[in-house]
Amino acid sequence: MSEIITIALSKGRIYKETMPLLKAAGIIPKDDPEKSRKLILDTNRDDVKLVVIRATDVPTYVQYGAADIGVAGKDVLLEHGAEGLYEPVDLKIACCKLMTAGPIDYKPASGRLRVATKFVNVTKEYFASIGQQVEVIKLYGSMELGPIVGLSDLIVDVVDTGNTLKANGLKPMEKIADISSRLIVNKASMKMKHERLQQIIEQMRDAVESE
Amino acid sequence: MKKNEAWLLPQGIEEALPAEAAQLESLRRQILDMYASWGYQLVIPPTVDYLDSLLTGTGYDLDIQTFKLIDQLTGKSLGIRADMTPQVARIDAHHLKREISRLCYIGTVLHTRADGFAGSRSPIQVGAELYGHAGVESDAEVIELMLRTLSMAGLDKVYLDLGHVGIYRALAKQAKLSAQHEAELFDMMQRKALPEINDFISELQLDGDVAAMLLALPELNGDEKTIDRAITVLKAASDDVMRALDYLKQVTRVLQSRRSDLNLHFDLAELRGYHFHTGIVFTAFVAGQGQEVARGGRYDEIGEVFGRARPATGFSTDLKTLINLGDVAAVDLNTAILAPANSDPALQILIESLRADGEAVIHLLPGQQADAAVMNCNRMIQNIDDKWHVVEAK
Repeated sequence: MSEIITIALSKGRIYKETMPLLKAAGIIPKDDPEKSRKLILDTNRDDVKLVVIRATDVPTYVQYGAADIGVAGKDVLLEHGAEGLYEPVDLKIACCKLMTAGPIDYKPASGRLRVATKFVNVTKEYFASIGQQVEVIKLYGSMELGPIVGLSDLIVDVVDTGNTLKANGLKPMEKIADISSRLIVNKASMKMKHERLQQIIEQMRDAVESE
Repeated sequence: MKKNEAWLLPQGIEEALPAEAAQLESLRRQILDMYASWGYQLVIPPTVDYLDSLLTGTGYDLDIQTFKLIDQLTGKSLGIRADMTPQVARIDAHHLKREISRLCYIGTVLHTRADGFAGSRSPIQVGAELYGHAGVESDAEVIELMLRTLSMAGLDKVYLDLGHVGIYRALAKQAKLSAQHEAELFDMMQRKALPEINDFISELQLDGDVAAMLLALPELNGDEKTIDRAITVLKAASDDVMRALDYLKQVTRVLQSRRSDLNLHFDLAELRGYHFHTGIVFTAFVAGQGQEVARGGRYDEIGEVFGRARPATGFSTDLKTLINLGDVAAVDLNTAILAPANSDPALQILIESLRADGEAVIHLLPGQQADAAVMNCNRMIQNIDDKWHVVEAK
């Protein structure tokens, strides 16, 4: 079995917090993505490579088998859908909450709410589940600005410390989901490269549990 | 004015130009001939059908995948087929009063959403179904036929994944899950989302044995030893589960006796087509492709709605995927013979006899420039000493 195993990761927090777990599975990258411009990183294992991509692209890479496994936030997975993916391990890293947030003096107005978010699908589903019809405004970032400039009534975003919200006169309101990063696996890879992947999965799971 | 975009096709809808069309057609013929040699008869179900009968027993997924329209004659909903299997089941149950029937089919189906890697919304579905026999032999025959279909496209190194939906179904029953809870758990099982399954089970406070088995199920995958492992891990399960495991073992034995080099993999939590299938399910994967290339399984109850409950098993795949991933030899299109624009009866006789022998002869039109290469001709007819001869094209 000389086929390469490709692992998809995103830069930044997820990359940093995944490294110790990968190390526990015996995988150590040879380059640092913060310093290198390379998109494909070699590792100490000849049969394992890392690709460093945008967080929202990780499920797509894994779904289509461009990467065999990956690490993706539950927020991204909820939004992307899980077609073609397994998510066997909660890595318990990059933890935060997906929440609704609004102005500190927010009072529910009558009529249809406008909600700004980059999590369009999750937002629609969440508000439908509490029986509320909303107008969703898709933004790619800086959601906090929405209520301030009157673009929207509320926002839906991941909240860690809540400091960004506070700094912009907003407060966290309802929790939609607890978010942490998951190990995701391509279904076909799981069947064709079973032994090696199962080993990596188990070693990473053990590493999470021993922390 | 807007740029002319009349040539543009809808997303996920493809057309095949001569080279690819020749390849598709050649593979189509080979596959159907092979099915015929196994006694599978071709049926041609309609492109459009009543929605109710298209979606019989198939669940929500196919409903979303089906394009819908209204029949203006009756006001009833019609669907453009997204899967031909229910149609073929109807043909078997309603029209053919046979004990056992073997049917095959090929045709374009339409999907509202692209689910494959190539993003096609109009696959050419090809498959075979065997009705009237509930047992290991019919499943093994259909799996063998699936492997040969892939092999015809040059896909010889196939990974075959076996599962059995009866296992999850029996465990869910044993856990006395409500329909709503079963659906939630089903979604987690498909994703092998162990942390979520764990939370779910402790939330429902399921009984110890069943809880442990449901939690073990997503990890029951791997090589042949999986089944033996499952027999131990699931020993507190109902007889249905043991029967399903035994069934998988028997099918494995038959398959391995026929093919010693088979790459077998088991996944007892594989639930694709769960709403439709009733027994063994099988899926084929090939290296380098992140998604399945063919799949099938047993679906014993679907015929009931059409008047006759029948054991049934079958598989299908997509001809375009086979061409894309496989190694199908390109069809040489430069084999025609160019005939000059001349109305000499002797030339006409020669052309007819060449065509009768299976040659392609292109008769030049008056005033047409003769360029053998452009017209896919490797030979031409020339008049030498007042006689017509076939010579190599320059």
